[in-house]
Amino acid sequence: MTWWKRSILFQSASIDKWLQWLLRAGAVMAALIMVLIMLFLLLESWPALQHIALIRFFTDETWHPLEDHYNLLPMVTGTLYASCGALFLAIPLGIASALFMAFYASPRMAILYRRLIELLAGIPSVVFGFWGLTTLVPMINQWQPPGASLLAAILILTLMILPTLALTSHAALTAVPGEYLRSAAALGLSRWGMIYGVVLPAARKGIVAGILLAAGRAIGETMAVLMVAGNVVQHADSLFAPIRTLTANIALEMAYAMSDHRAVLFVSGLLLLLLVMVLTSLAGWLGKEHHV
Amino acid sequence: MYKQIGVTGKPNHLLRDQMIRLLIYLMVLCVSGVFLWILLDLIHGGGALLSWDFLTDVPRDAGRAGGIGSILISTLLVLLIALLVALPVGWATAMLLAEFIPAMSLLGRWVRYSLQVLAGVPSIVFGLFGYAFFSIYLGMGFSILSGGLTLACMLLPILVSTAEAGLRAVPESYRLSAAALGMSRTATLFHLLLPVAAPAWAAGLLLGIGRAAAETAALMFTSGYVDRMPESLLDSGRVLALHIFDLSMNVPGGDAPAYASALVLIILLLVINLIAMQLIHFWQRRKLNTE
Repeated sequence: MTWWKRSILFQSASIDKWLQWLLRAGAVMAALIMVLIMLFLLLESWPALQHIALIRFFTDETWHPLEDHYNLLPMVTGTLYASCGALFLAIPLGIASALFMAFYASPRMAILYRRLIELLAGIPSVVFGFWGLTTLVPMINQWQPPGASLLAAILILTLMILPTLALTSHAALTAVPGEYLRSAAALGLSRWGMIYGVVLPAARKGIVAGILLAAGRAIGETMAVLMVAGNVVQHADSLFAPIRTLTANIALEMAYAMSDHRAVLFVSGLLLLLLVMVLTSLAGWLGKEHHV
Repeated sequence: MYKQIGVTGKPNHLLRDQMIRLLIYLMVLCVSGVFLWILLDLIHGGGALLSWDFLTDVPRDAGRAGGIGSILISTLLVLLIALLVALPVGWATAMLLAEFIPAMSLLGRWVRYSLQVLAGVPSIVFGLFGYAFFSIYLGMGFSILSGGLTLACMLLPILVSTAEAGLRAVPESYRLSAAALGMSRTATLFHLLLPVAAPAWAAGLLLGIGRAAAETAALMFTSGYVDRMPESLLDSGRVLALHIFDLSMNVPGGDAPAYASALVLIILLLVINLIAMQLIHFWQRRKLNTE
């Protein structure tokens, strides 16, 4: 115990009140940032929303913003293909990783593997993109040119959302009450029988919440996809076709966009924000229900 | 009848269990393998160029020659600004949420919900916002200041959530004892709860630094591309992650320095994240001991 020379009691009676108002100001500032973001995205995309009919974003012939053609659909499908493909690969890998940590590995091994997953989560997207560009893309190129393709984007995205999936699924698995496991063991279920019949159904909501969060990450990812996907505006007709995602489109064209074109890019930012908001709200709702 | 089921069922189940175990082990090996592959690739590609000179020299010839000295300085400045702004706001929010208002109050719910949404906002959207608000509306242009403030917005959710979790994990008996001694809540907070929760706060701080150092998309249109040594906070300054992006995408023949820069960034992040994990681990063990 340290004894302070001055009184540690902050004797003044009003100090609690003062501190609380100070903290309240900070918290309101923190919460206002979200409002500010919405406000400024709306403000900047207003010119486009005002005199470009919403339907045109899906019915214009092409994406040629300099000639007033604003079809966002190829980018939307690009984003969807890449995210769905990545989820398709990452969900089994992520859940297997979580099961390994929770039920198959020795405690030491489980901690080691968990560290590895956490470190994987800390690798910046630009490094993933760089690695994909210098290693994956040439490999795919030898097999099926041009290399920079939907497949490369899917593989890199898989690596990027895998840690989210593994860590949230692991949290959901460890939250399953121990008595479920002991009852299953007492009934003589095999390990997989216990996992498939008892643990996974009990942890379902938490795992689904993790999947929604991962989907949000995949949709919002910019740099890695920008570096490996080839960035051609088109509907992909095969895994080896280059694509452009909504995020990559913003990053590529923002630098020189003017007037309407710029506003349309802000519209696509707004679209992304709304998509991700819906996903995280759903995940948060599921997660809350899961914990109660 | 009963026996028959047992006899015919059992080997099948055993086989199935073994197959699934094998499958899971294979997937885990695959994930670990790819992680090591990335790491070895970066070390192999960037190790040769990495030296003290590379870290201190300024980039020349669009980054093909020279080093990353000015880039590191810009990165450091952007990080400093982001932390200076985000820490007071974030930690104040955490203290309020954990200690002063009930979790279900209107303000509490609103703040929590907006932070939860903020945590999911894609970084490119932060970039758009920072560009529209800080660079254009507030007139900061492409500058280190604008980039740092944009990053500060991004860091808030992680700082708040780690700090709040740290405070909430302090046993209730501490607060009750302090109240029984007649300490004000402010005194309790600063002399009792914060010292106990300090490792968790430090871990959150390190995780925030890691997140900020890894950020690229939010800084493309806020702190800009200029690779000169920054002279003031209103100068544009290129951060390390953006340097890697620029070298690999826009500079033919920039792969070698890009490898070395990526190696620097990744070593930095691995060290920061490892320390953060160690802190959380240490803190959890100490918490178990005190309870």
